[in-house]
Amino acid sequence: MSLALPGGPAKPSWLGSLSDGLWRRPGLTIFLMLLAPVLWLGIVYLGSLFSLLIQSFFSIDEFSGLIKREFTLKTYRELLVPANLDIILRTVTMAAAVTLAAAAVAFPIAYYAARYARGKWKALFYIGVMLPLWSSYLVKVYAWKLILAKEGILNWIFSALHLKGVLQAYLGIPVIGGNSLSVSYTGTFLVFLYVWLPFMILPVQAALERVPVNLLEASADLGARSGETFRHVILPLALPGIIAGSIFTFSLTLGDYIIPQIIGSSRLFIGQAVYAHQGTAGNIPLAAAFTVVPIVIMGFYLWVAKRRGAFDAL
Amino acid sequence: MRFKGAARLKGEARAPMILKGAAAAGLLFLHLPILLIFVYAFTTEDKSYQWPPPGFTTKWLSVTWNRPDVWEALKLSLQVAAASTAMALVLGTLCAAAVSRSKFFGRETVSLLVILPIALPGIITGISLRSAFNLADIPFSYWTIVLGHATFCVVVVYNNAVARFRRTSASLIEASMDLGADGFQTFRYVVLPNIATALLAGGMLAFALSFDEVIVTTFTAGQQQTLPIWMLEELVRPRQRPVTNVVAMVVVLVTFLPILGAYYLTREGSETAGSGK
Repeated sequence: MSLALPGGPAKPSWLGSLSDGLWRRPGLTIFLMLLAPVLWLGIVYLGSLFSLLIQSFFSIDEFSGLIKREFTLKTYRELLVPANLDIILRTVTMAAAVTLAAAAVAFPIAYYAARYARGKWKALFYIGVMLPLWSSYLVKVYAWKLILAKEGILNWIFSALHLKGVLQAYLGIPVIGGNSLSVSYTGTFLVFLYVWLPFMILPVQAALERVPVNLLEASADLGARSGETFRHVILPLALPGIIAGSIFTFSLTLGDYIIPQIIGSSRLFIGQAVYAHQGTAGNIPLAAAFTVVPIVIMGFYLWVAKRRGAFDAL
Repeated sequence: MRFKGAARLKGEARAPMILKGAAAAGLLFLHLPILLIFVYAFTTEDKSYQWPPPGFTTKWLSVTWNRPDVWEALKLSLQVAAASTAMALVLGTLCAAAVSRSKFFGRETVSLLVILPIALPGIITGISLRSAFNLADIPFSYWTIVLGHATFCVVVVYNNAVARFRRTSASLIEASMDLGADGFQTFRYVVLPNIATALLAGGMLAFALSFDEVIVTTFTAGQQQTLPIWMLEELVRPRQRPVTNVVAMVVVLVTFLPILGAYYLTREGSETAGSGK
């Protein structure tokens, strides 16, 4: 009987014996399959990552501007001068603020999508989050440049509502204010929040989908008001999702150098410092040392997140 | 004792108004800025970002159409995205197949290795690649861009393929072997048709990711201009506002297609493409 496999028995025999050989040695098969991707990521990616990290232990000669290739911690000491510490502190504060705000804005969307939206509405919510997530990063930043411009829509809305005074008073507040929204920390914050928000919604929604409805009913049956149910039942169960989302919002804010360059004051963030030091200044060691900061912060963050079970919500 | 209506028992409770309002406001916040781009693409104002637009015109569409620099940048972006997607498809599928088929020493390490390029901030990937190119004296070229893009595109294909492999039953492969097919025939006629839509979805997402990438690209492109780099120049030093508006609108439209396509291809499964950008 001939089996009706398309292209069946006409195979050259060496292919067949190769296939048999691989079947008998599953370890070899796995090795061959992984060879290309692991070589690629291991050599191209990890190789360059390590070559960068090693350079953070070199230093730059102040007089010649050349890189001295000997081990020193001098560059890391340079990281601790007040000006550079300021940059680190500013970036971490911004990342924390963006993360908290993203959690607050994302929660109602995620909760509604997980618990109340059904059928068509569910798909609509899903696409409604997915399209902004995947649409071009630069276009999103550009849209906010249009919104926050002096002659742009936000100022127009404020003056149409006769609230110009409120906006001026807000911009007068030190630190978060500035000459106009597009050169203030508030502007930078809004754009960060906008661009990273979908990264928070998706994991929170995934966590909330897994909260059984009867837990909420049990809580109500036991006499809890909705506020109490929220605080003692929903929030603790959603926490791993929020932490998972915060990994993205935090990490992405720490490493970004384009948003604060386009919308914000001229004070630097970590990403901009890295970019400036490796570019015109040619100080690769200091740039490399600066990149270690987000790596260390994220390493610590991931360690805490793992202990809280955040990875199951991804 | 408190009784609830039948609707409540089925978990079909009505949402409180405040929740509805907050969710709607959040979604509006996500979408209004993008819609604004579409209005600005047709404004007659060419010196500022004036709102409301003093008038509407379609002339910037043809002005943009006749701009060779935009076409050059678009061409380079498409070429880079195509090459990186192809590489990511091969590497990502191999990795996913190996990781999901068997348990081996270092399995966790491999999946961490795949995720790392996207978990660490893009600037770190970018500056590492650049300093490695410098150390190795590799001049910037089309291939240095592709190298960077393929590295972080692997994870998208990998995620989609792993999820599908997990759903595909191993007994299908055993059945194929029992019926006399060798390993390659099994792959061609059993495995590939099973994972095809997941690969297509992963490939589309990888394409969209590469097409839009700017942070790593600024470090690996040298003097070459991809479309996002062209946009970035315009953002930092606006010279051609109307042309930028039109390009922004086109980019939004072009990226929507693969996203909707990827969603459509994977919507039946529990895993839906795109949630792991």
